[in-house]
Amino acid sequence: MADFFSQVVNALQLGSIYALVALGYSMVYGIIMLLNFAHGDIIMVGAYATYFAVCQYGLHPLVAVLLAVLISTLLGVLIEKAAYTPLRSAPRLSLLITAIGVSFLLENGAQLLFGADTKSMVKTPLISGTLNLGGVTVSLAAVITIVVSVIAMIALTFLVQKTKLGKAMRAVSEDMGAAQLMGISLNRTISFTFAIGSFLAGIGAVLHVGSYFQASPMMGSMLGLKAFVAAVLGGIGSIPGAMIGGFAIGIVETLVTVAGLSTWKDGVVFAILIVVLLVKPTGILGRPMVEKV
Amino acid sequence: MAEFLKVDDINVYYGAIHAIKGISFYVNEGEIVTLIGANGAGKTTSLQTVSGLLRSKTGSIEFCGERIDHVPAHKIVERGLAQVPEGRRIFLRMTVQENLEMGAYTSSGSVSEAMDYVFEQFPRLKERRKQIGGTLSGGEQQMLAMGRALMSRPKLMMLDEPSMGLAPILVEQIFEIIANLHKNGTTILLVEQNAQMALSVADRAYVLETGKITLSGTGKELAASEEVKKAYLGG
Repeated sequence: MADFFSQVVNALQLGSIYALVALGYSMVYGIIMLLNFAHGDIIMVGAYATYFAVCQYGLHPLVAVLLAVLISTLLGVLIEKAAYTPLRSAPRLSLLITAIGVSFLLENGAQLLFGADTKSMVKTPLISGTLNLGGVTVSLAAVITIVVSVIAMIALTFLVQKTKLGKAMRAVSEDMGAAQLMGISLNRTISFTFAIGSFLAGIGAVLHVGSYFQASPMMGSMLGLKAFVAAVLGGIGSIPGAMIGGFAIGIVETLVTVAGLSTWKDGVVFAILIVVLLVKPTGILGRPMVEKV
Repeated sequence: MAEFLKVDDINVYYGAIHAIKGISFYVNEGEIVTLIGANGAGKTTSLQTVSGLLRSKTGSIEFCGERIDHVPAHKIVERGLAQVPEGRRIFLRMTVQENLEMGAYTSSGSVSEAMDYVFEQFPRLKERRKQIGGTLSGGEQQMLAMGRALMSRPKLMMLDEPSMGLAPILVEQIFEIIANLHKNGTTILLVEQNAQMALSVADRAYVLETGKITLSGTGKELAASEEVKKAYLGG
């Protein structure tokens, strides 16, 4: 029983990080129909920022966290302004290829600057200690990861549903032309969407470092791809879908690991992508595709 | 009377296609002016150029004495120029109330007062304020699109094919509302394929054919013109 409970915590811990990253994918797709493959690499940069702040410059963990989230957010907006805004009216394929290019740039840039080796934070963890929940011991990092993610998701839902900017985001994602006629600035709204998505990625990065203690140049690639699968599973473009998809992928991976097949866990996740695309390409909460005329 | 909106010699292209070929027209304060013409004549393109979604390669567009042809689309509505786009284009996944709020996005005045005014004009929208836009009927969606434009308290309202896809009885209703808005002091630029209805309410009208203005005059003059009768009024 205790074993089962700690596996549930593991699944939720992993799932909430996937969900945070999947949200960024889904929001950006929802607004400019771009699969932002550089999104996962923002996590990597956030993880390095945390590592350097704590291990090289000896900053207080809380300062490191704020710094990492800030850098991630700014990086997301910078990428949007530099790489995607000039392609606003270009074919979607050009945009997709650009996103892949930005991803390569970040991954190889990190390798060049920081080296290809994995930086470990095991000796100076962001969050240490354990918690006793009804007789079961779980790591404090896991609890904080789950709680922070859930708060972030509730805040995001409020932002998108209730605030003026959130409503503007929904309006732009539905009809850019009509949104402009209302006086909504596309540039501002799209940048804002990237900022929110990257902010969540920054939180994801910090939680990832807090949970798994490492940073490496390629870490964002696999994490980003799995979050992408989560977004597709939940229905890309849908915010609650990204949350559901993220947790589902976390649970599946944990189940596969518990079954003693941990070498298969990546394969199983991508098998899910294939099945979703074959059976229900719009995902769990996705809307049926309607061609705009 | 001052020329309120003045469009002078605009040329608009879609890639290599020359869609608008040197059009000029004007709207005086307090008028209803209509652009009529067949499909593809350039009516919608003209309106979208005025509202900044498309750009002219030549000429100028002035509104209330100021050039607006290089003002970004999202800055146009602040100046008092609202557009009800072709096909309504309400936000289908947002509620009626949220759609109306979007109409007042840049408005500095009270949103709830503007909404009360819209609900007065369209009591049906008040009943459905919590409903998702996509669940409204065609007529209700048209009302919502018009209400949404009114939320910014425009000086000039541009309507693009408000009768499109509506049953005759609803078309009558929509035109009654247009006449009513006009009576309350809103200047109106109306684009229509339904020439008969449009000419019956318009002070002045322009006929567009393949990107050029071929005729202009008062609503009555054009309704009586043989050419217009033959081409657009089924006579």
